[in-house]
Amino acid sequence: MKPLGVFAAAGVLLAVVPFLGLPAFYESFLYLVFHWAVLATSWNLLSGYSGYFSFGHAAFFGAGVYSTAVLAGKLGWPFLLTLPVAAAVPALLGAALGAVVFRVHALRGELFALITLALMFVFSTIVLNTPIDGGPGVYLSAVAVPAIAPTPSGSFYLMALVLALGTIGIAYAVFHSRFGTGLFAIHDDEDVAEVMGVPTYRYKLAALALSCGLAGLAGGVHGIFVSYVTVGETFSGWMALNVILMAALGGTRHWLGPAVGAAAVTLMTFYFTTSEYAIAGRAAVGLIFIAVILFMPQGLLGRLSRRKSFPRGKTEELSKIKAITTDAILVVRGVSKAFKGVQALDGIELEVRRGEILGLVGPNGSGKSTLINVVSGHYRCDAGSLMFEGRELSGVAPHRIARGGIARTYQIPRPFPHLTVLENVALPPMFGQVVMERRAAESEAWRWLAFTGLENKAERFPADLNLHERKFLELARALASRPKLLFLDEVLSGLTPAEMDEAIRLVRAIREQGATIVFVEHVMRAVMELTDRIVVLTYGRTIAQGTPRDVMRDPLVIDAYLGTAHA
Amino acid sequence: MPSFTLLGQSVLSGVFIGALYGLLGLGLTLSWGLLRQINLAHFALVFLGAYGTYQLTVSAGIDPLLTLVAVAPAFFVFGVALHWLLARFSVTPLNTLLVTFGFMVMIESLIQWIWTADFRRMETPYGDVRWKIGGLYLPLPEVLTLLIAITLAFAVWAVLRHTDLGKAMRAAAEDAPVAAAFGVNEKVLALLLSGLCAAFAAVAGTCLALSHTLAPGQIYAWIGVVFAVVMIGGLGNPLGPLVAGVIVGVSEALTMAITAPAWAPLVSFTLLIAILLIRPGRFE
Repeated sequence: MKPLGVFAAAGVLLAVVPFLGLPAFYESFLYLVFHWAVLATSWNLLSGYSGYFSFGHAAFFGAGVYSTAVLAGKLGWPFLLTLPVAAAVPALLGAALGAVVFRVHALRGELFALITLALMFVFSTIVLNTPIDGGPGVYLSAVAVPAIAPTPSGSFYLMALVLALGTIGIAYAVFHSRFGTGLFAIHDDEDVAEVMGVPTYRYKLAALALSCGLAGLAGGVHGIFVSYVTVGETFSGWMALNVILMAALGGTRHWLGPAVGAAAVTLMTFYFTTSEYAIAGRAAVGLIFIAVILFMPQGLLGRLSRRKSFPRGKTEELSKIKAITTDAILVVRGVSKAFKGVQALDGIELEVRRGEILGLVGPNGSGKSTLINVVSGHYRCDAGSLMFEGRELSGVAPHRIARGGIARTYQIPRPFPHLTVLENVALPPMFGQVVMERRAAESEAWRWLAFTGLENKAERFPADLNLHERKFLELARALASRPKLLFLDEVLSGLTPAEMDEAIRLVRAIREQGATIVFVEHVMRAVMELTDRIVVLTYGRTIAQGTPRDVMRDPLVIDAYLGTAHA
Repeated sequence: MPSFTLLGQSVLSGVFIGALYGLLGLGLTLSWGLLRQINLAHFALVFLGAYGTYQLTVSAGIDPLLTLVAVAPAFFVFGVALHWLLARFSVTPLNTLLVTFGFMVMIESLIQWIWTADFRRMETPYGDVRWKIGGLYLPLPEVLTLLIAITLAFAVWAVLRHTDLGKAMRAAAEDAPVAAAFGVNEKVLALLLSGLCAAFAAVAGTCLALSHTLAPGQIYAWIGVVFAVVMIGGLGNPLGPLVAGVIVGVSEALTMAITAPAWAPLVSFTLLIAILLIRPGRFE
């Protein structure tokens, strides 16, 4: 059955409940399940998918609660009209937070968690001390609730049901979209994701705003449900912990995980804390929690959390283009970059001609990798210019450079560990020069898996691959976006002679398909065999360029490698 | 504007509460910075220690400080066991937060079961002693807390800085496999350190019992501000929580004296956000 059909069927079935005449208790209990499902699922959209743990979910939930409390409770707005505001205020606050925090490179992991926690206390102090609340709390029992069911509790049930289905639907859609893939890549390795073309800043901002808006919506409804709101109850760190608990229990890498966790925890809490042994019950909840994290670190749905990939379609042959031209695809003029006093690049001059294989050689520390990092936008150069097809690259965000048609491999492979080999290779085409949806990107990925001989590993995870397979995965991933200009950073290092021959054959084949290649390598046999021209770097300067034979006889080059001859 | 004496007393009480923040943060910063373990259970341990001190003092008449002879070693064992468990299952740093949250809930339940949810106040001869120096009151429990916090922080700092054991610990924190290759038994060191952090929780607990009223629900009241203090002080820096604690404590106390008490949390958290945004590099 189609997921949409399942959603609709579940919605209709659950929507009947208020009309069955059950005691209000059941509706209220299920209301709470839905309420927590919305909070946990919305938290997971940012935190589970992209790995930015928020401890301040209550801050945005609270912003929603108090938006409705002030508008409906104090200013007399009709309840339903307050809900868009209850979503918009937290979404804007979240976006404002993200706009500041996501610009600071180091604010990841625990630091992001902490800053959101701190923000919650700031919000709560402000609300407590200003007329928004002022201390005594806000009574909301006079606010009229739309009678969409026979009883008030039934109406709340229906509202929460709609909200829960909507939120889970959004989580489902994001999970299966390009956006979701981008968030998962951010979770695994944000820098690589950006270099592969994922607009990381915008994605994080969108996920945060979405997550906050949904939490605020839940808050708007919940304030009226509890009919009396206080700062202490609304802004509590307890809520974030609860939500994290639910998401972790159910599985943060599955769209339904947090909702399942929410149902389990709400049920457990209710069952244990209303029994005679409330204290023992709480302890049991703690113990279950520990056991789940230790024995199922991926959560209850952890094993199911694989996205289904599309069936493999046919891939047409690529046309072979081969022409070295004299026009330059990349012109580097006077590029310098220093790290805390170490001059890694010191006025680099070089050009890469369209269609050629350019060898970039030089001793360790001569600046080869730094140059790649500058061209791909990972570092910004201190001086000089980089013109790619007549456009300046300096200062352009890495994902835009990738979209312009530049790709790279990493010397030490950096695959996304939680994505399958196929998903790894399908990522760049989704964010490349021609934006592809997942289905098209996967079929493109199959082509490059076949090209590199990794087809039978497609459904494996990178950890299952050996070094040479990982190097080839790195190649396949760089090729999948069909770059115009490809930087290969020591793809041969660590390979056996036989594997090396295979790699050299691949590099040739890549060029035949029209890509220009900059080939960084220490294995001179391969450099001499493959390259059309060579550029030599030492101490961040270009000391020679020309055909392989000429360059290798250049006294400056011999000096750089072997020391000055005294004879 | 409040009087000069009131302001002086505010600063003083800020220093005292800051010392307690620092004492609570000491174990946290070490386990977070050196063991990559974000230990929520630390807060519950502090309270368990406080209740332990309370019980031994009230029912057996033991001097509160002497109760540490019994409580601290027990906690040391708990700390060792906790790290053994986390290492055995190679729990990721973020998951350590969740696991220790489970322990926090369990310890809180234990406290509630034994001592109920009522407020408890330990009456000791310490509580009656206070000195008056030029208009300012110096209560003995708070002065003791300050002295203990300073002594402990500097002792840990000196050990980490100047002894082979401390250098080995820092090396293991930086790169465990490389440290191991150079003959550092990083697994044993980590267990030892985790045990010590838990023992520090016992010390903080005793100081808490001397100066504060206890209730199980209070455990959660400390989390936010103490985490802020740990972060501001720099992870793994034993002097950090004390210095940051005093800064936060004093600024809170002054905010309370000058505006309304309810505004106090704004200061520490705005300070934290500002530091995170301006100098994020110090946390790497």
